[in-house]
Amino acid sequence: MTQRTDTELPRKPGPALDSVASEAVRAAIEACRDVPGALLPILHGVQDALGHVPPAAVPVIAHALNLSRAEVHGVISFYHHFRSVAPGRHVLRLCRAEACQAMGARGLEAHLRARLGIGFNETTADGTLTLEPVYCLGNCACAPSAMLDDRVHGRLSVERIDTLIDDCGERP
Amino acid sequence: MSVRVFVPCDTSAVACGADGVAARIESEAGVRGFDVTVVRNGSRGACWLEPLVEVETAAGRIGFGPVDPEDVPALFDAGFPAACEHPLALGRVEDIAWLKKQQRVCFARNGIIDPLDLDDYRAHGGWNGLERALAMAPADIVQAVTESGLRGRGGAAFPCGIKWKTVADQAAAQKYIVCNADEGDSGTFSDRMAMEGDPYRLIEGMLISALAVGASRGFIYLRSEYPVAHRILGEAIRRARAAGWLGADVHGSGRAFDIDLRLGAGAYICGEETSLLESLEGRRGQVRFKPPLPAIKGLFGQPTVVNNVITLASVPDILVNGGAWYRDLGTGRSRGTLPIQLAGNIRRGGLIELAFGVSLRELLYDYGGGSASGRPIRAVQVGGPLGAYLPESQFDTPIDYEAFAAIDALLGHGGIVVFDDTVDMAEQARFAMEFCAVESCGKCTPCRIGSTRGVEVIDRIREGVEREANTDLLRSLCDTMLHGSLCALGGLTPLPVLSALKHFPEDFARNA
Repeated sequence: MTQRTDTELPRKPGPALDSVASEAVRAAIEACRDVPGALLPILHGVQDALGHVPPAAVPVIAHALNLSRAEVHGVISFYHHFRSVAPGRHVLRLCRAEACQAMGARGLEAHLRARLGIGFNETTADGTLTLEPVYCLGNCACAPSAMLDDRVHGRLSVERIDTLIDDCGERP
Repeated sequence: MSVRVFVPCDTSAVACGADGVAARIESEAGVRGFDVTVVRNGSRGACWLEPLVEVETAAGRIGFGPVDPEDVPALFDAGFPAACEHPLALGRVEDIAWLKKQQRVCFARNGIIDPLDLDDYRAHGGWNGLERALAMAPADIVQAVTESGLRGRGGAAFPCGIKWKTVADQAAAQKYIVCNADEGDSGTFSDRMAMEGDPYRLIEGMLISALAVGASRGFIYLRSEYPVAHRILGEAIRRARAAGWLGADVHGSGRAFDIDLRLGAGAYICGEETSLLESLEGRRGQVRFKPPLPAIKGLFGQPTVVNNVITLASVPDILVNGGAWYRDLGTGRSRGTLPIQLAGNIRRGGLIELAFGVSLRELLYDYGGGSASGRPIRAVQVGGPLGAYLPESQFDTPIDYEAFAAIDALLGHGGIVVFDDTVDMAEQARFAMEFCAVESCGKCTPCRIGSTRGVEVIDRIREGVEREANTDLLRSLCDTMLHGSLCALGGLTPLPVLSALKHFPEDFARNA
């Protein structure tokens, strides 16, 4: 069973925040107390800490910023970077943009879909890997590119991307 | 004495193994008893040579590349870290023709200095433009930039001096400098390379802009896809602040200016200046109606300069050498230099900074060396995902804003993506519409709905369903998007679609 990690499907109301998540949300809000236009920095703080922005965090953030829940949800769903569902242990973002297309990115995409059995914004059944699309990583002269967690990899081939995925399976 | 070895920390170099190379050089040097200091410099922009390792010698810096971590022991066997015979040896880096022929202004320091070392920055001419500006009246700074003919390098090419004068003329207690570092166009990476390789240059440009218009606060809106740039720029801001270049009293001048570094969140549309301002204010990145112009009512309703990274990074040299010096570079109404980014299916890709006027052909074949695959180059897309696809018959077009406009194309942020003859141009046209659908902010109908309908119509054309009628429909749809969209995303998506249709009609009739 794969689960989409983006925000396009209707979600059930999320479970209440556990103490770790609650503390992460509180810390993210606190860190931006004097920041003008604080919503994006807060959302980044929450997602950096938890890997996603849990739906239950929305009313907490809305209250702190004196916004409606709809406004906060609207921002989360607008930006591709923010997720409402926890991703796998690793996130692989494959560049789909033109410079990478010119160097075979469409073939890599087909290979990943076949090998992993998932599409974009889905996570493998064992929870190891989430696959996401990205439109340009700024590595266009060394294409095709992908970002595994926080690291960009260039000059990818099917063999090289397979090695990256194999390593994910072996790392916690 | 310790030998200095340079291994870039730039995203492209790291993506091709530079961290492993640096570690391997240190460990091999340790085992073999060499005293080596590894400096993590920025990139020279010769991406095809990355990771490009350089060694400082009495005769200048000598290069080796592209180096894989596995190559390192063999390099040491051949005599590294000294000039030696090895298949990867490139000789003096300054003598590499690909670099030597360039006219570096914005990228003069890239790859040479340690990006975060303030002493290195100073020693290579850093802060000279700011010091000049601090001794000038604000109106004279604006005048120098106006005289230079500098136009916005983000893509719109609006005259920078006019924008600054508009902001300077506003009476307001709070004005802002916003740097647009949301470099989303595929095939472009000059902003990233500038921020990773010479971050104080951008800070200096923003400071000069602030002095010119009377702003005390700046924001850099950086895309979240650039973690390396985020780390380096964040540290550069901290160090500049600690050294008194930012803060309540800039370099003892009594003037206040500080910079907040903000991250985007994966929305291409936030590269559009009014969307960017919405995003900075904490909202969905939806385009604003203009007027009012951001220069009059911008961030938080205050007069705001919104400039691209390269625009701001061009300013220090203009202040040092004068507006006339910059204006004398270039051609027609395109003055100065443009950092061109050669990408995609190209043998020698990377960053090429040249005065305007060089032809596409020269870039593709003299610098680029043809396609990476060795097959004929069939099409190039210039200016990102909203730029036109150009066929070989247009390769003599010079790099010049007006020359590109004359052929229904755009120069944009200076990215060139190369495709060989295996490309299916109908598929590329479809992708242009698909990308617009994914990234549309949703505010205006031609862009939000038109892009999705565009994908459907192109699918029908490719399937051979009423091909002629659907092609007419596609042209009509493009016309609506072109004239009815609120911003450049919906308004320019027709460019790649119509150019593909015009120059490569055979690709739309393949599966009849």
